[in-house]
Amino acid sequence: MTGNFFSTMWANIVTIFNIIITSSFLYSVLRLTTPILLATMSALVSDRAGVTNISIEGAMLFAALIGVIGSAYTQSCWLGLLCAILAGMFFSLLLSFFHLKLKTNLVLTCIALNSFSSGLTIFILYMLTGDRGTSTALPSVDMPKVSIPLIRDIPFVGEILSGQNVLTYMTVLVVIAVAILLYKTKLGIYIRAVGESPQAVETAGISANRIRFYALLISGAIAGMGGAFMSMAYISGFTKDMVSGRGFIALAAEAMGHGQPLASTLAALLFGFTDSLANNLQVLGLSNDLARMVPYIITIVALALYTWRSAKPKKVTGSL
Amino acid sequence: MSKTEHEKKTGGIFEFLFTRHRTATLNAITMVIAIAIALALALILIFAVSSDPGNAIWQFLVAPLASKRAIGNILTTATTISFTGVAVCIMFQASMFNMAAESANFLGALTGAIVAASLKLPPVISIILPLVAGAAVGAIVGSIPGILRAKVNANEMVSSLMLNYVVLYFGLYILKSFFLDKGAGQVATKKLPAASRLANIIKGTGVHSGVLIVVVVIVLIYIFLYKTRAGFGIRIYGQNPSFARYTGVNVDNVILYSQMLGGAIAGLGGSVEIMGMYQRFQWTALPGYGWDGIIVAILARNKPQFVPLAALFIGFLRTGANYMNTYADVPKELITVIQAIMMILVTATALTGRLKQRLAVKEALGNDR
Repeated sequence: MTGNFFSTMWANIVTIFNIIITSSFLYSVLRLTTPILLATMSALVSDRAGVTNISIEGAMLFAALIGVIGSAYTQSCWLGLLCAILAGMFFSLLLSFFHLKLKTNLVLTCIALNSFSSGLTIFILYMLTGDRGTSTALPSVDMPKVSIPLIRDIPFVGEILSGQNVLTYMTVLVVIAVAILLYKTKLGIYIRAVGESPQAVETAGISANRIRFYALLISGAIAGMGGAFMSMAYISGFTKDMVSGRGFIALAAEAMGHGQPLASTLAALLFGFTDSLANNLQVLGLSNDLARMVPYIITIVALALYTWRSAKPKKVTGSL
Repeated sequence: MSKTEHEKKTGGIFEFLFTRHRTATLNAITMVIAIAIALALALILIFAVSSDPGNAIWQFLVAPLASKRAIGNILTTATTISFTGVAVCIMFQASMFNMAAESANFLGALTGAIVAASLKLPPVISIILPLVAGAAVGAIVGSIPGILRAKVNANEMVSSLMLNYVVLYFGLYILKSFFLDKGAGQVATKKLPAASRLANIIKGTGVHSGVLIVVVVIVLIYIFLYKTRAGFGIRIYGQNPSFARYTGVNVDNVILYSQMLGGAIAGLGGSVEIMGMYQRFQWTALPGYGWDGIIVAILARNKPQFVPLAALFIGFLRTGANYMNTYADVPKELITVIQAIMMILVTATALTGRLKQRLAVKEALGNDR
């Protein structure tokens, strides 16, 4: 009886392993990491400025819809991407206006902005198409996939690295740009300083709120790209609540990466991996619903393990 | 000396409001401004998108009060979101931003339906057991982010937001694998037996005895929070965690039982909802009552005694939005947008900042005299 159980389990492990080492699985890891990594970079920039941006989820969702609308009306995916980025920045503008200007509670504002986005996207979608669920009525244009010369000819590795969506490659550039921004530019120094000690920055005669505003705008632009990936690359078109928690998973990834671009990228890759794994678990006969639980469970477990390991002697108000 | 005599002698209503109860009054003014701005925005949006704005506004603001059935709808909606509203009040009073009321409500509803539909229970128990089961499951869900916070210091908001997805898919798995009524033609449990349905208490409306349950719950929670030692622990921890620690409050316990209690009430609300409003459980997505609970709790400023009022107001808006959705050309999601704006502005201390400053100056000058 138990022997049977273990042999089944062993067979399952072998099956999973055989899936994991295929190039198509690793290709999908990179593909699924893209939106999480963009959201993570978005979280990172704002968090380093001392604003825990929980509304990235909402910003991505809003950008996903605006990107689709933009590309449908201009028939250009690049203008659609631009619309999505602007939509993400608009969302940051809202957050800045409420939180920095009207001094609203950050957590509650972000929660409200997420449900604002959820409602507004359906509202706009319904007004434009008469449909509440998807944007199939809009002739949107997807971002192209790019086949990279030379790399595509390398066996195995080429199948993983080449042929990804153009946004996936742009994401690599975004990570590098964020690292340069934070560590090599004046604005980056200000951003980190505001996150560490806003009083010190104010004493130096610089408005902490202004720096936070810039950081939020950058954060919003990156979240906008993430939204564009969701509706113009991951899936063709907008579906309601399509971001499904990636903006929150990003917060966990950013926390696990200590707010460092490279470490956060690795954490985002872990979540992209679990996302991809969940998509493949059905081959083991796991029900669709159980498979969909996996990425979220892994996020909770990873967050708990991470904070448990790094837990200092009882903080009163711990950060992420 | 009674209060009214006292206030007459010391400068009347203005003095009473703006000097003695300044914070409360400023909060009230902020709330009125917030609601006014949000409603104004709703009207602007309606004018922008509707081909017959007059009718849409009528359906939104007048129709919910124009018939007995409509008022009944307001009451039933208010009942549902009072449960989640009180749940969120307790969770937030312990200054834990736990968002699990949403999934606690969902799983409570499913559990209540399963217990009622699959077990053959004698009368009375057929009502009580599903309610208790819903509350118990809700307590488990609500306490998970609390345990993670208390034991490993994991941020409760991220963990609860993730938990909502986990619970949704877990619930759907359980439902589809073990409790599906194959004759229903959709994803649903078996029909609840008549003995497990909450009685209708106002003819011609959908109002069920759940409204009585929620009143009892609110009274009990009020007593718990304001008249018991454990409730005092929650409030003191929420206002000042360090102080609570120094005065010997067991902080981990406070976090745990506040989140467990909040989850239990949200779960109870779920089973009440199913037993009062539906013939069977047929939700395939999170219903959003936990989120409504957050706006209710914020409008009630986390005080259980104000929850019914806030819930009735949100219930009114929800009912109006549904009428507008059905009988006019404005989608009901308008209300989600308006609620979000309201929720943000209610916490905007800067809205009355200038008034506050002016009052402070006035007071300072007055004291000089």
